[in-house]
Amino acid sequence: MQQRTPLKDHLRETHSFTSRVMIALVCVGLLLGVVVARLVYLQILSHEHFATLSEKNRVNIVPVPPTRGLIYDRNGVLLAQNLPSFSLEVIPEQTDNLEATLAGLRKLITISDDDLDSFRKRLQQKRPFESIPLRFRLSEEEVARFAINRYRFPGVDIQARLTRDYPFGKIASHTIGYVGRINENELNELDPSNYSGTTHVGKTGVEKSYENILHGTVGYQHEESNARGRVLRVLQRIPPKPGENLYLTIDMDLQMVAEQSMEGKRGALVAINPKTGEVLAMASVPGVNPNLFVNGISSVQYKDLQDDIDQPLFNRALTGQYPPGSTIKPFMALAGLEYKEVTTDTQVLCQGSYSLPGDTHRYRDWKRGGHGFTNVTSAIVHSCDVYFYQLAHDLGVDRIYKYLSYFGLGKKTGIDLPGELSGLLPSREWKRAARHEVWYPGETLISGIGQGYNLVTPLQLAEATAILANHGTILQPHIVHATQVSNSSNIVPESPMPEGKVPIAAPKNWDTVISAMKDVVNTPTGTAYRVGRDAPYLIAGKTGTAQVFGVKQNERYKAQDVEERLRDHALFIAFAPVDDPEIAIAVVVENGGHGGSAAGPIARAVMDRYFSSKPAL
Amino acid sequence: MAIDTQQSRWYERRRHGPLMRSLHMDVPLLVGLLLLSAVGLIVLYSASGQDMDVIIRQSIRLAAGFTLLLILARIPPQHFARWTPWIYGIGVILLLAVLVMGEIGKGAQRWLDFGVLRFQPSEMMKVVVPMMVAWYLAENPLPPSRRAVAAASLIIVIPTFLIIRQPDLGTALLVASSGVFVLLLSGISWRLVASVVGILGTAAPVLWYFLRDYQKQRVLTFLNPENDPLGAGYHIIQSKIAIGSGGLYGKGWLNGTQAHLDFLPEHSTDFIFAVLAEEFGFIGILLLLAIYFFIVARGLYISTQAQNSFNRLVAGSLVLTFFVYVFVNIGMVTGLLPVVGLPLPLVSYGGTSLVTMMAAFGVLMSIHTHRRLLSS
Repeated sequence: MQQRTPLKDHLRETHSFTSRVMIALVCVGLLLGVVVARLVYLQILSHEHFATLSEKNRVNIVPVPPTRGLIYDRNGVLLAQNLPSFSLEVIPEQTDNLEATLAGLRKLITISDDDLDSFRKRLQQKRPFESIPLRFRLSEEEVARFAINRYRFPGVDIQARLTRDYPFGKIASHTIGYVGRINENELNELDPSNYSGTTHVGKTGVEKSYENILHGTVGYQHEESNARGRVLRVLQRIPPKPGENLYLTIDMDLQMVAEQSMEGKRGALVAINPKTGEVLAMASVPGVNPNLFVNGISSVQYKDLQDDIDQPLFNRALTGQYPPGSTIKPFMALAGLEYKEVTTDTQVLCQGSYSLPGDTHRYRDWKRGGHGFTNVTSAIVHSCDVYFYQLAHDLGVDRIYKYLSYFGLGKKTGIDLPGELSGLLPSREWKRAARHEVWYPGETLISGIGQGYNLVTPLQLAEATAILANHGTILQPHIVHATQVSNSSNIVPESPMPEGKVPIAAPKNWDTVISAMKDVVNTPTGTAYRVGRDAPYLIAGKTGTAQVFGVKQNERYKAQDVEERLRDHALFIAFAPVDDPEIAIAVVVENGGHGGSAAGPIARAVMDRYFSSKPAL
Repeated sequence: MAIDTQQSRWYERRRHGPLMRSLHMDVPLLVGLLLLSAVGLIVLYSASGQDMDVIIRQSIRLAAGFTLLLILARIPPQHFARWTPWIYGIGVILLLAVLVMGEIGKGAQRWLDFGVLRFQPSEMMKVVVPMMVAWYLAENPLPPSRRAVAAASLIIVIPTFLIIRQPDLGTALLVASSGVFVLLLSGISWRLVASVVGILGTAAPVLWYFLRDYQKQRVLTFLNPENDPLGAGYHIIQSKIAIGSGGLYGKGWLNGTQAHLDFLPEHSTDFIFAVLAEEFGFIGILLLLAIYFFIVARGLYISTQAQNSFNRLVAGSLVLTFFVYVFVNIGMVTGLLPVVGLPLPLVSYGGTSLVTMMAAFGVLMSIHTHRRLLSS
């Protein structure tokens, strides 16, 4: 009954409500207290922490790569420069959808499958948030076309980068070398902070060996960017220190003469100034255009180069190892004279072959009938093998090894270029260690005419020639002449190299050998008479022919019967002027045949250019 | 009694003047709301990246909201009481309609599209549900009987359930709590409250089962934001960075980097509190909280001055619902609560909740300014 007719007690209800409201107000106060406590924690107690995070959100420290140093020849001719070029680059982390972005870009700008392949390859080895190039060398029109559509492609941008350029192309390409994109192995070896903005590193040649001078020091830039990574402004900038410029010892004029005269051949030429050790020219033919490698060569192109039978990638001047052939004879003669095994009067009868006592094996002379009675001079001039068989036999392998070592044979010259090989100067110890065999006396004989195990690089041969021309004074061969801090006119020459000296028993022995070499080039019976003819300066030289193809005991070698690539290598060493040598040259022409006719004219052409007044480039 | 009325008339006239009296405005509450709107526009100007368009649009919404407030304030509260069951009935039907034919937006069905007008029925239920509960309970003496509590619970549960199905957890939570506030204010026994809380606590794992994947994700992310720093946790992490980096005095107006460089998501809408905290610091936040506290306190005072149960319960629950808005939003932005999409009342950019809020304050104004007529 009561429920049906309820009575309202207004006073009680008001009291009850007011007390509930008071409770609610207390709750509201408590909850606001919780909020305030939370804010005290966030804004006052943890302020430093969050301020740091906010700053890290906002400010990126971006490395600014230094400009790579330029490379000049000794006369200031530019060999390697940096050209501005536009590339299309992608930061994959900042794209909404990488595949869709790539597809969209392909509709806008020509991107070949090859570009895409190398992009994906780089994608796999990239650093986080690194900008990956997709296309290089965009045209002005392509840049404009992208600029209009840029808003559609977050994470994609045009970068103006400096691209390394080699204006001479394949001329001197092995010596200058080239830069290429940093690969995974290099990434582990390079200083990560100094290379943090750098994309390219020297791969071969001077570009590699002087990497630390050419590269420079990285700079930094504090950039403010928004959540999508767009840079809004630069807050602070520590400029990079550009790499230093290099002046090579190379004379581009000589270099071009050398490479032009070897056009169509395979071989190498090294020219050294004996007084200083400066390498005036260093050619390896055929060469390869280094510009191909700068932004990544396509795999097809690279394979073609690798499989090329002429091996253009191979630097013959430093890593080509050839039997020195008869070019070793002046050094052998000098060893004989200095060790007093022979005098200028010692005569050997050459009848076309030589046999060791108690042995029937005939070691042949290149001239079938023999040279008759020969002394040291005529043996060099006519390149008599029998004389040197006898001399080698008398000297013995140990003394040959010792004496030829003075001229740097069998070891690296230590030139400031990467990848040099040491050649081979055989000795008893070497044979025991490498072949587990004893040294046979017959091997001494063929060593004496530069065959057998002997191997030299063109650089070694040029250096040995320079030492001979210099009457025993050894100067370290080198390729860099001076350095220059960017934007300064001050060219700092490299500090002079320490000198060495070949022990000399009697200076006249050197005169004898040098005089004989002069006759090689300047007497009508000399093996390279044509090379020296009508030269306005006096040349000394020696020819050499290195066997590629073994000729059997009773056969004769006839060049025209042998396939081209099995023909003999032609070698020639020379220096001039004889009295006060300024240039020493070694030339190797692979499968060129006779040294005097195939290699000699090349040396002559270089010397002619050297001694003629140089026209301005 | 006549003298009483005279005195109160004279009193009111002297304090607020004839204009305010004829407009049916409670001046302290109005000042609080205007102050809040002004703070909101100032922060929004910065958060929107100094976009005058946004400011103009928000000003138009505010003007519309205040107009609604003025209109509702003029209507005597007994009219509300009379209309309440009808509006409630229409609201439930509309919620059903939304479920059946509602347009799909953001994976959830919340809107009814009337061509020119898009209408969100769940929004109006935030005001209508507490009114309905109050209307039902005020018919009988308070505190309500158990049967009345059960019936009132049904009044709450039906729309709440329909809104959860949309699914819109945030609004459902607010609709339910606005109704529950009426029950709590009606004087139901604390023992009953405790037992209900106990039952809900045990039922929580079952509720978990009914949550959508994204809702579960939000709760999990709340528990450990660093779990998903680039996904859902990103909001909370960036918001905490914005607030914390503001420090005591803030980075200064228009100087907040988190918002201007777009690290802070939703910085004009749900996360605008973080912008304020970043630019004005702890001091600025205290000022904002003081305004909110003033509005809530004034609202609760108004509820105690109301002259019948319906008015009291409606006024109290609407004010507490307003506070829940404030607390849930700030709790979410500061990482105290999971991310539920609730705006910061009168500060966040956006229209729907602003209109609801203004309607609620209009009802409050009406209750307060029509008192003397009822007292006779």
